[in-house]
Amino acid sequence: MSDPSRGVISIVGAAESDLGRVADGLTSLDLAGQAALRAADDAGIGIHEVDGIFCATSHYAMSGLELAEYLGIRPRYSDSNNLGGASFVSHLLHAIAAIRAGLCTTALIAYGSTQLSDGGKLVTASAPNLYESAYRPRYPVSMYALAAARHMHEFGTTREQLASVAVAAREWARLTPGAFSTEPLTIVDVLASRMVSDPLTVADCCLVTDGGGAIIVTTTERARDLRQPLIPVLGVGEAHWHRSISQMPSLTTTAALDSGVRAFAMAGLDVADVDVVELYDAFTINVPLFLEDLGFCAKGEGGAFVSEGRIAPGGTLPVNTNGGGLSYAHPGMYGIFLLVEAVRQLRGGTGARQVAGAEVALVQANGAVLSAQATALLGSAGTL
Amino acid sequence: MIGNLEVSPAAVYGEGLAAGSLRYQRCGSCGRAVFYPRVGCPHCGSAHLAWETSAGSGTVYSTTTIRSRSGDYNVALIDLDEGYRMMCTVRDDIAGDPRIGDRVVAVVPPGTTAETLSFRRTEQP
Ligand SMILES: [Zn+2]
Repeated sequence: MSDPSRGVISIVGAAESDLGRVADGLTSLDLAGQAALRAADDAGIGIHEVDGIFCATSHYAMSGLELAEYLGIRPRYSDSNNLGGASFVSHLLHAIAAIRAGLCTTALIAYGSTQLSDGGKLVTASAPNLYESAYRPRYPVSMYALAAARHMHEFGTTREQLASVAVAAREWARLTPGAFSTEPLTIVDVLASRMVSDPLTVADCCLVTDGGGAIIVTTTERARDLRQPLIPVLGVGEAHWHRSISQMPSLTTTAALDSGVRAFAMAGLDVADVDVVELYDAFTINVPLFLEDLGFCAKGEGGAFVSEGRIAPGGTLPVNTNGGGLSYAHPGMYGIFLLVEAVRQLRGGTGARQVAGAEVALVQANGAVLSAQATALLGSAGTL
Repeated sequence: MIGNLEVSPAAVYGEGLAAGSLRYQRCGSCGRAVFYPRVGCPHCGSAHLAWETSAGSGTVYSTTTIRSRSGDYNVALIDLDEGYRMMCTVRDDIAGDPRIGDRVVAVVPPGTTAETLSFRRTEQP
């Protein structure tokens, strides 16, 4: 018997705001609002049909209040749960619960950030862990560097293997209109880049850009009457085990282990069913870690798995098909963009980067310092 | 019954450093070590945490060198022999960056603060 949450809601609208470096004076809220209006246009509905609002940002502690006011929405269901970059896939899970319970019918999930225009500094309303900040780790790169160093120590993962993640991302970005970084990139280039926090160089780190994104979900029953191809939400799972890196039980195993099992169980699917993968690549180490924890390869084999073009255009497992946070865009909390790209791949027609015949997409969103993990499996109409 | 606190966990920890000792907590119910200091045990949910003084000996669990305009410095996660993990910095006269598996000991002279606490390697890597 299939899970009662499987496929009950579908994504009917998906959009990005202006991306890259946006016009002077635009705020994070402007970008979230613009993405929301574009998502409503994409869905062919009016924004005031939204009765459930899900929003998390770095700039606004009360993001849902801000965005609802800005758009003139009076939601009957409001969720500003902030799990960092994992928030929006977490919101998708919560939207299933709310819509199934009849607490709302049409939900907006939105994000915006002017991180680049703000000078590149990571804005955070999150208080530091004083038992870590005393030693001046560079947040968040040093935390991911610690995980990368441990993965290299335990499994023999190499800097070249990590570099191949950045190279694959760049090859995808070169096929993607609007990608932020499109100059050719080689493994040698990555290895020769400026070291930031050993073993990660600046080329192992995500971009800093401006941008926002939004999706709109509703019941699959209603979605059938709307204009876009049906994109049912087949399964979602979330998990978090720690906040601070010193509290992470093992630096080489993330909570994607749990979120993935939960999402696959709801969807009734297996890794072999997945055609395209969108993973939150804040740093190159994320990609082998998540591929291992989700079951695409065994623990410790992620380094070899991402090498030799397997995840690049033309490889056997397309990963981060727009170039990801490493080369496409990265405005602080990237998770919403994973959903947007997965929707685009499943609808088809993305041009040179299109994964032919993509029926099932996996999205893995990550928040804070490998802390929060949320996994979603989205499908085409045929997967229902 | 969980009574009121006269002094915060952070204050007890800070007073320990000032007196030249590295303190951590151990759970009176499950026996496991707890760090960072808090009011209850994350392993079992008990509020019965007792303070102990650490020998300060441990092993580097992971390490990174941060490249900064004002000079490079180390940040490491240390697994203390008593069974807890903490972030700190490894700073000594031994050549080369600290490595995972290196044995280290806390440097805690009287007057230490969280900011000045460090570890040093006890053997050549
Ligand atoms: Zn306990």
